[in-house]
Amino acid sequence: MTKEQIEHVRNNPKYQKLVRERSKFAWTLSIIMLIVYYTFIMTIAFKPALLGAKIGSGVMTIGIPVGIAIIFIAFILAGIYVRRANGEFDQLTKEVREELGDIA
Amino acid sequence: MKKLLFIALPLLLNVAAVASGTIEGEIEKQPLNVSAIIMFLLFVSGTLGITYWAAKRTKTAKDFYTAGGGITGFQNGMAIAGDYMSAASFLGISGLVYLAGYDGLIYSIGFLVGWPVILFLISERLRNLGKYTFADVAAYRLKQAPIRTLAAFGSIATVILYLIAQMVGAGKLIQLLFGLPYELAVVLVGTLMILYVTFGGMLATTWVQIIKAILLLSGATFMALAVLYQFDFSLEAMFAKAVEVHGKGEAIMSPGGLVSDPISAISLGVALMFGTAGLPHILMRFFTVSDAKEARKSVFYATGFIGYFYILTFIIGFGAIIMVLNNPEYLDLAKQAISGGSPILGGKNMAAIHLSHAVGGNFFLGFISAVAFATILAVVSGLTLAGASAISHDLYANVFEKGACDEAKEMRVSKIATIALGIIAIFLGIAFEKQNIAFVVGLAFAIAASANFPVLFLSMFWSKLTTRGAVIGGSLGLGTAILLVILGPIVWVQIFGYETAIFPYKYPALFSVTVAFIGIWFFSVTDKSDAAAKEIEAFEAQDIRSQTGIGAEGASSH
Repeated sequence: MTKEQIEHVRNNPKYQKLVRERSKFAWTLSIIMLIVYYTFIMTIAFKPALLGAKIGSGVMTIGIPVGIAIIFIAFILAGIYVRRANGEFDQLTKEVREELGDIA
Repeated sequence: MKKLLFIALPLLLNVAAVASGTIEGEIEKQPLNVSAIIMFLLFVSGTLGITYWAAKRTKTAKDFYTAGGGITGFQNGMAIAGDYMSAASFLGISGLVYLAGYDGLIYSIGFLVGWPVILFLISERLRNLGKYTFADVAAYRLKQAPIRTLAAFGSIATVILYLIAQMVGAGKLIQLLFGLPYELAVVLVGTLMILYVTFGGMLATTWVQIIKAILLLSGATFMALAVLYQFDFSLEAMFAKAVEVHGKGEAIMSPGGLVSDPISAISLGVALMFGTAGLPHILMRFFTVSDAKEARKSVFYATGFIGYFYILTFIIGFGAIIMVLNNPEYLDLAKQAISGGSPILGGKNMAAIHLSHAVGGNFFLGFISAVAFATILAVVSGLTLAGASAISHDLYANVFEKGACDEAKEMRVSKIATIALGIIAIFLGIAFEKQNIAFVVGLAFAIAASANFPVLFLSMFWSKLTTRGAVIGGSLGLGTAILLVILGPIVWVQIFGYETAIFPYKYPALFSVTVAFIGIWFFSVTDKSDAAAKEIEAFEAQDIRSQTGIGAEGASSH
């Protein structure tokens, strides 16, 4: 790719939109995942009794549904990302490539 | 702080045993288990048939390394799950739940949460930039020879360490389950893996992993359902029964000290998350799909399968508490006579295997044993292929021949490398039979997190990365990881027998990853050479390709 071509791509408004929105989305979801995980780990390190608290009259503790929920959150976040990336972002990528013509 | 460590360390050592899937104690050879052997032979003949089929379709280097790039997202998701759900995690995590209850779940979650982050930040860029190995991406705009040498060294180190753990685990497991001698078991695993990879390349490896994932998930589902069925599918009733029979009582329902000091907790998290994103056999799987779309789908499916699998192992662990613990049939009477308590045959990592017998008799025990063996075969095949690619594609074709080597020759080298790695794995597997191998998987993860991951990540995200920064910083990360593992509690205290460890934490990742990032940053920003300026300039073009896939490797037509 020549310097002019690079400039051409970088000045394309759709390319700018793609990069901006996808980065924001990917980093937001990553940070959500990290916050969820490290909140869990820090609770275990500093306040394990919180997770050991009982729900209802039986033996079930809060920690069990919380742990299972984190597994589901990981899966759901992945699903949210794939849905938007494979739809909206891929469509945008396709349009960028069409506009760029022979560079692409 | 010291007190915290005092509590945390013994538990962390347990984790090491989990991670390597070791089977405790002297193993008595069991009588031949006929149904297990028949089912295992079925698996082997089936997979060898697939290898024959794949061999006819594996003609070019692209076929060999990436199955022609024609694997679908769903298939690849299944294969990633098959690559990642090792026998160590199946037997080790259910064993940890059996021993300590809730703590097993903490470990599972750590293994899972890296996956979405890999999806958001790594998978599609990797697919858009790479061809066969992750070094293709790391060396995209940097100097080929030094970067590929570093990446190949990191890959081979990770692969060999992982292989040792798998081979020793395989030998002991097979000895225990099938009644075959240890050496024979190791040679058998090594030979089969050489056959799959040399003849069938990535296509055969992928299908071995897919079949294994299906077998493992269905076997584990059956066990979990069989356990829940007894309690009319009431989790509360199952937990109540487990609390009643387990020596620790209600403590198994809450965190018990697996991670009780913040440094170890964060360091474990860093090792698991960044380590996963730096495992060469996992990264290589992203090149087997046709484009970024399929790469994303693969991680989504893989996250689902792996998450589901960890929920199953949690139920299986509790099932084992109820049906295996206190059941005289599974007690190790010899051990009980010496140390009391109720130890089970083969140690806690055999809890899931005994449970399979308890819920489905000899036939199902045979099935699960064969699945455990198949699991090891699938993991070692993926590892060997990744190691062979680092040798043939990175070291031979791009460093030694400087990229001017024809494909046929490169493929021949990769096949020779496969055979060599297989033989090395067999020898190391036999040599390490009586050694304490608990540290090797931890070390493999630490190297992946501290050498492979920082270089790969910054090459894609940081424009100012230069060759000098990557090579010095990556090597510092690698060296720190190895040094801290040696000075840490497992090698220094358990193996060398010193009183106290010089480095108190079992997981060095927090420190070694930091060293790597700082080293890469410092030696990049102080690099004022012309070559460095060119490398920084080349980032723009690389970034455009990684964002849009313009110029990316496509799938070959099959």
